[in-house]
Amino acid sequence: MLQIEDLQVQLGDKQILKHIDLEIRPGETHVLFGPNGSGKTSLLMTIMGYPQYRVTGGRIVFKGEDITHMPMNERAGLGIGISYQRPPTINGVKTKQMVQICAKGEVDTEALAAKMNFAEFLDRDINAGFSGGEIKRSELLQLMAQDPDLLLFDEPESGVDLENISLIGNSISQLLQRDFRLNDKKSQKELQEERTKMGLIITHTGFILDYVTADRGQVLFDGVLTCTSNPREIFKCISQVGYEECVRCAI
Amino acid sequence: MRDLDEKALQAKEKKAALGLDVDLDAYSSESVSHDYVDDLSTLPEADKKRMILAGVDADEKDRSGTYVQEDTSVLHSHSKQDGLQVMPIKQALKECEWIQDYYWKLVAVDTDKYTARAQLDLHDGYVIRALPGSKVIYPVQACLYLEKEGLSQNVHNIIIAEEGSELHIITGCATAAHLRRGLHVGVSEFYVKKNAKLSFTMIHYWAEEMMVRPRSVGRVEEGGLFLNNYICMKPVRSLQMYPTTHLVGKGAVARFYSLLVGSPGSEMDVGGRIFLKEPDSRAEIIARTISNGGNIIARGDLIGEVPGIKAHLECRGLILNGGSIHAIPELHGKVDGVEMSHEAAVGKIAQDEILYLMSRGLSEDEATATIVRGFLSVDIPGLPDQLRAEIDRAVAQSDQDMM
Repeated sequence: MLQIEDLQVQLGDKQILKHIDLEIRPGETHVLFGPNGSGKTSLLMTIMGYPQYRVTGGRIVFKGEDITHMPMNERAGLGIGISYQRPPTINGVKTKQMVQICAKGEVDTEALAAKMNFAEFLDRDINAGFSGGEIKRSELLQLMAQDPDLLLFDEPESGVDLENISLIGNSISQLLQRDFRLNDKKSQKELQEERTKMGLIITHTGFILDYVTADRGQVLFDGVLTCTSNPREIFKCISQVGYEECVRCAI
Repeated sequence: MRDLDEKALQAKEKKAALGLDVDLDAYSSESVSHDYVDDLSTLPEADKKRMILAGVDADEKDRSGTYVQEDTSVLHSHSKQDGLQVMPIKQALKECEWIQDYYWKLVAVDTDKYTARAQLDLHDGYVIRALPGSKVIYPVQACLYLEKEGLSQNVHNIIIAEEGSELHIITGCATAAHLRRGLHVGVSEFYVKKNAKLSFTMIHYWAEEMMVRPRSVGRVEEGGLFLNNYICMKPVRSLQMYPTTHLVGKGAVARFYSLLVGSPGSEMDVGGRIFLKEPDSRAEIIARTISNGGNIIARGDLIGEVPGIKAHLECRGLILNGGSIHAIPELHGKVDGVEMSHEAAVGKIAQDEILYLMSRGLSEDEATATIVRGFLSVDIPGLPDQLRAEIDRAVAQSDQDMM
């Protein structure tokens, strides 16, 4: 379980997250909506542990452990993983190597890459000249290798062409144990109840909702979590009346 | 010979154009004799270990020939393959008339006091030659080893890839574990003839108080390829070299790669200069330098003399733990129709790259090491796998020291 209690975060001198309370239980996936600059990415980066996001109040608890000031690599070790929107290029570090780093050693890199239709990129420097869709596939490939319990997705559909959107959507579903497949031994309901993976997905366009089911939607507005509801309902509301409506609830 | 001696005598006090001036009299030049060794595996384990670090394997596994010199004496010299000659240069000067067509024909004996010394007080060196059309499958290894404290080791090497041949050489210069202070003067002349291919990978493994003054010039004929790799990741007091290559035939290609790590107290002034003198010739100089507290000057100079040539220079530096990197890339286009470019960058490890790796589970130190190793892993097309492995090993060894 991820528990965020009264979290306050500064970036530089600016207060960017204000008294955030959020709870994601095992098996749950939440979708995070909000206009540009509302603090969505900051929330993900803070959960992952980026040092420039300074926690000035509150705490983050994951699997019962207070991780508020834990180094990033230890958070990764505890089972938190992130798919970035714009990860950096590292010259000379191959995609294959990144997959191995994520998996901490033994992994069938080729087979995993084939699943993401990414085999031909394994020998390329990570993120060097990758298109938007290629970056997303690379990020998901790394998450597959890491197999974390809490998965953070920063706009997984942005910059992805139509051809790849279903591949990406379905892969996220799989990572979150939300893909539906016939199973002889267990009912879908049982499988659903056995889900352990937790997800927090930032979306701008809502397209990802066509592929990934979610339990809750959250709206972040100017650093404040303003409402929690059915993700589809929130999306429809925002589409029709816009984020201006959120101002009312933010105050 | 008398002419050479006279010229050398005149240049005896001539300071080099670049680099700190070395007082030659502060080093002994007397010959130090070591017995010839038939079976290299009988060498002391400690020496073998040092040689391996410089890419020279006493068991000669996957090697087609070996030359080992300790101080001023030849320990071993032989070729395992037809079409390949490996011999000490003093022997060649005595027995082979053809050597006169190559000896001091590219490097001027009066270049400076170091070349003069290599003429006036020669301590051998190697001649490696691939006969016309022969393909030397495994690399030839050559090791110039320094054991005697305070010695000036003066060698002259000649490498010839005859027409249509293919030759790969790995040469390691190393010092015994106990050695602190010494001087290495090495003259090398490279001849790559028509349609021949030569790769020359040099790994230096020096000591803290070593002075190193290589002087080398290469010449590549029509359709020839010269790959020149230089790796120096260990401390050295002062290293200065500016190897030059002349592309004198249509379609001749030269590529220089260097990987340097400057440790505290080390001064490295390393460059490469390539003259492109015929159409369709190509040149590339790529340098990766890391300052770990030392001072590095990374030079590169490309001279395009005719239309239709293509040349690129790339110099990237990382300052890890203090020290300095001075990148001096130069391009000289002398006519219309040349295509030349360079890029140079000196910086630090980007924080966002470290954090990216940390979010995948690496500690900060592991992330830094991964980035450094990536920085030093330059793709070298045409280099045999064994040599790639030697370079990777040198890199892996050095980042243990750096962290």
